[in-house]
Amino acid sequence: MPFSWLVLIILAIAGVGYVLGRQRALTSAGGDSRDLHSLPSYYGANVAMWAIVPAAALLVVWLLAQPYIVNSRVLATLPDTVVSDGGSVSLVMSDIRRVADGLDLAVRDGEMTGAEAAAITSDVREKLGALGVALGSEVSPEVLEGAQTYRTLNATGNLAMSVLALLIAAVGAAYAFRQSHALFRARNVVERGILALLMFAASVAILTTVGIVFALLFNTIEFFKLYPAADFFFGTNWAPSFSGRGGASDLGVLPLLWGTFYISIIALMVAVPVGLFSAIYLSEYASPRVRSIAKPLIEILAGIPTIVYGLFALLTVGPILVSMFGQDTVGWMSGGTAVMTAGLVMGIMLIPFVSSLSDDIINAVPQALRDGSYGLGATQSETIRQVILPAALPGIVGAILLAASRAIGETMIVVLGAGAAARLSMNPFDAMTTITAKIVSQLTGDADFASPEALVAFALGMTLFVLTLGLNVFALYIVRKYREQYD
Amino acid sequence: MNDMRILERDVETNEVKIAAKNVQVFYGDNHAIKDVNVDIEDKTVTAFIGPSGCGKSTFLRCINRMNDTIDVCRVQGDILIDGEDIYDPKVDPVQLRAKVGMVFQKPNPFPKSIYDNVAYGPRIHGLSKNKGDLDDIVEKSLRRAAIWDEVKDRLNAPGTGLSGGQQQRLCIARAVATEPEVLLMDEPCSALDPIATAQVEELIDELRTNYSVVIVTHSMQQAARVSQKTAFFHLGNLVEYGETGQIFTNPVDPRTESYITGRIG
Repeated sequence: MPFSWLVLIILAIAGVGYVLGRQRALTSAGGDSRDLHSLPSYYGANVAMWAIVPAAALLVVWLLAQPYIVNSRVLATLPDTVVSDGGSVSLVMSDIRRVADGLDLAVRDGEMTGAEAAAITSDVREKLGALGVALGSEVSPEVLEGAQTYRTLNATGNLAMSVLALLIAAVGAAYAFRQSHALFRARNVVERGILALLMFAASVAILTTVGIVFALLFNTIEFFKLYPAADFFFGTNWAPSFSGRGGASDLGVLPLLWGTFYISIIALMVAVPVGLFSAIYLSEYASPRVRSIAKPLIEILAGIPTIVYGLFALLTVGPILVSMFGQDTVGWMSGGTAVMTAGLVMGIMLIPFVSSLSDDIINAVPQALRDGSYGLGATQSETIRQVILPAALPGIVGAILLAASRAIGETMIVVLGAGAAARLSMNPFDAMTTITAKIVSQLTGDADFASPEALVAFALGMTLFVLTLGLNVFALYIVRKYREQYD
Repeated sequence: MNDMRILERDVETNEVKIAAKNVQVFYGDNHAIKDVNVDIEDKTVTAFIGPSGCGKSTFLRCINRMNDTIDVCRVQGDILIDGEDIYDPKVDPVQLRAKVGMVFQKPNPFPKSIYDNVAYGPRIHGLSKNKGDLDDIVEKSLRRAAIWDEVKDRLNAPGTGLSGGQQQRLCIARAVATEPEVLLMDEPCSALDPIATAQVEELIDELRTNYSVVIVTHSMQQAARVSQKTAFFHLGNLVEYGETGQIFTNPVDPRTESYITGRIG
């Protein structure tokens, strides 16, 4: 039975259960819903919940577990010779899966009957090839045997899963249906169900974060087994080799770190003054009419995809900078891609961040402080400089640090605007590159995930993660520390 | 209320400091102040009383042009301080506000140290020649606001860390430090407890020796305690204005009598 049918049937059980449970509760109260503990719909929802939740939980667990179990069972039936001949276990297993899938497809398309598929011994490659399932080589008897085992096990597993899920759904619904009585506190049960749903959603987000961190961590450890950590952290040369001459690569992170910081600093030098000043103008000086037009316009900047900013850097800002600082004039810049190009464009990208957050923070400064300052005969800019900005400072610092962690994690603008050369240089018109851009280039193309050249991406990712996490924690600390004082 | 005190209050006449003539204030289409004429005397505490929304705070804010910061607010008529029209285009509202200090309903110390709070006005107006001069101004102002003894050892502590009553006295010190001629107080005690209120009221009485003080208050007892002149506002009109003792014991207008006896408002 197809999986979608199974889901639909469970939902149907829940739907029927909803109607019946509601009905039964109403009947038990003599048809008067005022005599029920809860509204009739709560009784229905209770039954539906009991039908869906246990069955869905079973399905999830089963779908996660079945491939593992089937794989290990099939593997156990294979003779040892196949594995040693074929090279690696995973290659043999993928062959087996391919043959099994092909046979399943043949049966579904009506090319073979189920019995034919189970009894097939020869010409497997030709027959499956006709169906569009390409097999690399002629199928060996062991692989065919394995594929048949795989098919049987999977078919049994699927059948068992369907039957069990339907049974659990029916039993759950029946159990809740029997509970549906006027005195039963269905409302409280549904309330707890909703609580569980919300907690589940929150834990999915948290567990995913933890999972990502662990994936990074394990691969990073793997990398440091292959490549000395000291060379990674203190190496000043970045020269990975993809030719497979293991050990020939220099994977020092310092040039990338420097590029990241240099570009981020230039970006912040653009974004912070412009963003902050525009926030001050919008919140303190602008008339409501100007504000209602200008604020959304600035926030449009935040909606532009970063790849578009990258194109802007590559096609507009780079050439302009070259014509200003290139060989024809002062000769500082040799090509359009440079730290300055990426930094300027990234700064423009960050303006709405700084301005929008600062604007909210400045608006949150109590009017009483402004009145107090004006009441002493201060002008508008004196008030802003001496009262409002100090009061809003922790929030503004938080906004700037958030913008900084955006800048550090930015990729596309760097790839297109700053070039790909990892280099330690003080000249902002040189091409440099950042951690993120190098992660992309290390993993695109044919990456062998056992080589340090590919695994370094995880170490880079981990470094980046620690950096931005540190910045975010620091931002939160600043905001918390000074918030009470200035509220 | 201490009726004896009110009756025995000595009545002096001082020269007129603030003269309002036919003042009208509009918030958009709402006519908030209707044709108010009042002469406020120098070295006197004048109390504005009246029910909520009667326009007393609005009128107070006209005297130092704080209403300029509200876009929809329009003021018509003349308000003269020492015979000079403060709504004349030649008058700079920023300078006017240095001359007419204001204390607000809620204590609003700046997020700075106590010292910097008081030194704020003198600094922006350049009232001190050097650091020692500024120290003197700060100390004098804090003493005048009767808070010096409580804060002299922690002038560098943040002003927001003080208690509510201390904060309000700090705000008064801050207003006094710019050496204004008129001090406007918009319900200065409404956020304070009775003890802090008593301290601030005592202070107001002392400030009278140098300034013309105008205080808006919701508490009729407070008006009776601290003021020499009282103005009663109702629905944007100035209903009655006169000696405090007379307003509270022998009001002319029936609305005033209704309000002070608690029948309306």
